[in-house]
Amino acid sequence: MSTGRLRRRSSLHSLWRIRSYVRPYAHQMLLMTAAAGIAVGASIVVPLITRSVVDGPISHGDRSGLVPLGLLALALGVLEAGLVFVRRWVQSYAALGMETALRDDLYAKLQGLPVAFHDKWQTGQLLSRATTDLSTIRRFLSFGLVFLIINIATFVTVIALLVHLYAPLAVLVAAAAVPLFLISRNLSKAYLDTSRRVQDQQGDLATLVEESAVGVRVIRSFGRRDHVGHQFRSGARTLHDSAVDKATLVARFWSLFDLVPSVTLGGVLLLGSLAVTEDAMSLGDLVAFVSLMLMLVWPIESLGWILANAQEAMTAADRVYDVFDTESEIVDRPGAVDVGAAEGHLRFEGVGFSYASSSHPVLRRVDLEVRPGETLAIVGVTGSGKTTLTSLVPRLYDVTAGRITLDGRDIRDIRLTSLRRLVSSAFEDATLFSSSVRDNLTLGHSDASEDEVSEALEIAQATFVHDLPWGLDTRIGEQGLSLSGGQRQRLALARAVLGRPSVLVLDDPLSALDVHTESLVEEALRRVLSRTTALLVVHRPSTVALADRVALLEHGTITAVGTHSELMETLPSYRAVLSQHAEEVTAR
Amino acid sequence: MTASGLDAWRGVAAEGNEELTGQATIRLQRRSRRLLGSLLRPHHRTLWFAVVLLLLQNAAAMSGPYLVKVGIDRGIPAIDKGDGPTVLVVVTAAFLVAAVMEYLTKRAFLVTSGRVGQAVLYDLRTRVYDKFQRLSPAFHERYTSGRVISRLTSDVDALGELLDGGIDDLVLAALSVGSVGVILLFLDLPMGLVTLLSFPLLLLLSRWFRRNSAIAYRRTRESVALVIVHFVESLGGIRAVQAFRREPRNQEIFAALNNDYRRANERAFKLIAIFAPGIKLIGNVTVAVVLVYGGYRVLGGHTEVGVLAAFLLYLRRFFEPMQELSMFYNSLQSASAALEKLSGVLEETPTVAEPHEPVPLPHATGRVDLDNVRFAYREAIVLPGLDLHVPAGQTVALVGATGAGKSTVARLVARFYDPLEGSVRLDGIDMRDLAEKDLRRGVVMVTQENFLFSDTVAENIRFGRPEASDDDVEAAARAIGAHEFIAALPDGYDTDIGKRGGRLSAGQRQLVAFARAFLGDPAVLILDEATSSLDIPSERLVQRALRTILADRTALIIAHRLSTVEIADRVLVLEQGRIVEDGSPAELVSGGGDYAGLHQAWADSLV
Repeated sequence: MSTGRLRRRSSLHSLWRIRSYVRPYAHQMLLMTAAAGIAVGASIVVPLITRSVVDGPISHGDRSGLVPLGLLALALGVLEAGLVFVRRWVQSYAALGMETALRDDLYAKLQGLPVAFHDKWQTGQLLSRATTDLSTIRRFLSFGLVFLIINIATFVTVIALLVHLYAPLAVLVAAAAVPLFLISRNLSKAYLDTSRRVQDQQGDLATLVEESAVGVRVIRSFGRRDHVGHQFRSGARTLHDSAVDKATLVARFWSLFDLVPSVTLGGVLLLGSLAVTEDAMSLGDLVAFVSLMLMLVWPIESLGWILANAQEAMTAADRVYDVFDTESEIVDRPGAVDVGAAEGHLRFEGVGFSYASSSHPVLRRVDLEVRPGETLAIVGVTGSGKTTLTSLVPRLYDVTAGRITLDGRDIRDIRLTSLRRLVSSAFEDATLFSSSVRDNLTLGHSDASEDEVSEALEIAQATFVHDLPWGLDTRIGEQGLSLSGGQRQRLALARAVLGRPSVLVLDDPLSALDVHTESLVEEALRRVLSRTTALLVVHRPSTVALADRVALLEHGTITAVGTHSELMETLPSYRAVLSQHAEEVTAR
Repeated sequence: MTASGLDAWRGVAAEGNEELTGQATIRLQRRSRRLLGSLLRPHHRTLWFAVVLLLLQNAAAMSGPYLVKVGIDRGIPAIDKGDGPTVLVVVTAAFLVAAVMEYLTKRAFLVTSGRVGQAVLYDLRTRVYDKFQRLSPAFHERYTSGRVISRLTSDVDALGELLDGGIDDLVLAALSVGSVGVILLFLDLPMGLVTLLSFPLLLLLSRWFRRNSAIAYRRTRESVALVIVHFVESLGGIRAVQAFRREPRNQEIFAALNNDYRRANERAFKLIAIFAPGIKLIGNVTVAVVLVYGGYRVLGGHTEVGVLAAFLLYLRRFFEPMQELSMFYNSLQSASAALEKLSGVLEETPTVAEPHEPVPLPHATGRVDLDNVRFAYREAIVLPGLDLHVPAGQTVALVGATGAGKSTVARLVARFYDPLEGSVRLDGIDMRDLAEKDLRRGVVMVTQENFLFSDTVAENIRFGRPEASDDDVEAAARAIGAHEFIAALPDGYDTDIGKRGGRLSAGQRQLVAFARAFLGDPAVLILDEATSSLDIPSERLVQRALRTILADRTALIIAHRLSTVEIADRVLVLEQGRIVEDGSPAELVSGGGDYAGLHQAWADSLV
């Protein structure tokens, strides 16, 4: 009960925060509301004209009086239609403008949130916020809000007119507001929870869809269509049930919103007719009274819809602000500086790291130094923390203890854009996008010259791209899956070496290459590495040969640093990780 | 087709031209109407029930103004004559009864239509989802997951909006327009005829709107799909985006796509901004005309004041539903654009289709035959005519340069593709004649991508055989050498591995993928670069496991690491889709061919 109220308050607050997006369109919103108000006003006057026709020309047999009144009705009718046009026309860009701005900002926020956030949040949930929720908010701002104001204004105006016509009856009509208020209050209580549930479940379903679309090869290769189909069905069924709950709730309330004006009208008919017979009001008054009351039917009926819409918008705003309110932990520190060029002196000083969700540290007291121009290989068994170590350098994650310095400066004191320009990475997964080859290559260097691109392709032995149907302009399939594993890896490598970074971080960059290509890439890579500081995660003795020194990472900490041959000679644990021969000898 | 300007990043591909000619538009609309029909058909009884409810509701609602007329024309004179308020009380009572009936029928209708609407959406979602799962991986590469999501969220929602608020508006509005039309004619024929004069105008306006909005809404469906594709892909690859400072450029692209979507919507909204007030204008003008004309008729003694009052009230009920009809029309147009897209997906023919009458194969032994298999990606011929016969239980390694056709052979045996000519057979049965479940029980492929679901480690392994017990899962992990690292995870087998297995390293993911395949226990196991991310100790474990795992099943191994190849019974060297060497590893090493060269290079690399 109290949590419900709390949620309602926070949702209302979230919706209120949207105002900063409304502000640029304040004039348009005002114009829309004014146009809607005057239009409703015009339509209210028409029954009064009807009354004048009945009481005036008709009862007096005055034919000439008919035409002016008719023309007035016509003018008001045209005015109303014109104003509806103005409102809708303005709304078409104002409301969409707000929605578009919100979506742009949401996307910007999401791009800025650290990888840890994205590890945790499913894309489907984020997407449903960026699409469904924002449309809901837009609908509220363009229709719900305007008509909430207009309907209340209409209600008050009509009641005032009714009072003017015949006060006792008008009091009866005004009293109808009491049950309406009670119904609305009950509705918002019940509706908020249901609509949040529906919106969350829509996000869950989108997530299931995303996973099964991305994982379609695995699903197919195991023939698990029925399995995932079953999961999807149960998700869709859950959503279905909640949506039916919502529809039932809506049915209950909307029909009540209909009942109230009808019953009131019945009362008006009875008492009004009696009043006419008592000569307390004229027949024309009664006709006008009833006509005016009918004007209230729509505002009252639509109140149900508007309230539902408002509740949904509140929930949507809440969900959107869930994202906006997430603090981005990886941001420029105050006083962070731009660094144009770096010598590339990289140091890990007592670095520790653990993921937010677990207390178990992945890295502990890592001390490591890579001197300018040096290539250091990191060697360790699966799960020893190599990949985590490399993600710390471009600050995809931040260290949780100690610090990393570049040329003696804590990398957190370098502006992110500078740092990530100086440090270039290739991950163990190629991470390609369904865009052109060139776009994938120049991901961070949209200004790269043709020569730089060809040089990078040359180094990574990725010249196969020229043989694709449209060369560098060929669009590669999602995740680059139209290419082979080796081709993807070479593209990712080319991307990393493009633009001559000061620090190169390569996570097992040659694993998918055949022996022949590997040796060609190694040869070319050696030239690049001679002038760049590099951190290299390796699994193979052949790749270790690229490094000046090797560090052995065991259980999240560095246990030895030296040259490959030194470590091979002195350290059995190093031999175990890197030498096929050694182990095979012992195995036999 | 040149890529230029802001769109250049997208690159060029052979498909994706969605411009439509007039003829195609008609076909699309017919197709989407067919889909809507087939979705509604199972509910036709309920729908009839709903229509009856609506009729009752309409009758109740319609009786209101008539009762007002009776009240004024009969009730008031009765009292004036001194007959007492009996007539008025009866009329009021009838009015209240009608109001309660309207309430009850409306409520019942809303519940019924809500249920039907949600059932239709459920049906549509599952149909489209199942269809996507049947379409080939090649289709998905081209279509992209973002578009799949867009179809199953945004497009389905568009239909949902129509079903939510539209159908009753349509039926009620049509009913009330129809019945009010009749009542108007009955009340006063000349005035009624004047009212009906507005009809041709309404029809013209509607036709104009239908034509233009169909195009506009089609564009909104397409542009929102592009927004979603970019959103999903760029956030899915957020590591690369951030590491390469791609954010500003992505923001530009997103803003441009978002703006396209906005413009498409704006166009649709502007059409409705003309259409809706247009309808209103026609209504208002008619009211003014009737007011004057009716006034003359009352004055001329052709009709009564009560009739005029009722006529004007009914006129309101005539044109107000028109407004609702126009809104319905709007959501109908939006929904039918979505249905066009969805029906397109449903009518997509799977290039790798399931047989109508499958040949049963409950327990495959694992014999694989490729007979004169020809295969090409578009124009590029990969396999000109391959013959390969693998007896049950044999482990075959495929070796060769990039583009030699190794992965294509693997994908053909896993039936991700069908050959253009020739046949691929399992236990002598053409794969095209095998039921999906028999085929997949028999053949499992492990690739380099090894996609994992955001679930626990145990559930990911269990994906290989959903009915497996926890002990089976652990046994599989042990057999593959993954148990040690899994046990060391914070929650062991119950550790949630995050989105796409992001909490694990590539090597760990590969081990889990191996365990998953092992648990599946297929007769034929295909390993396409499945060991490339493993470090040497893990690879050693896997290899040791492979010796036992592969002992009693057929295997097709593609690996750059010849250490993995060495466990094969037989090695095939492929060159431009042809087998150039075929023999046991030892034979080929001593034979002095390509393989011997590769082997030497590999041995040299193991310094």
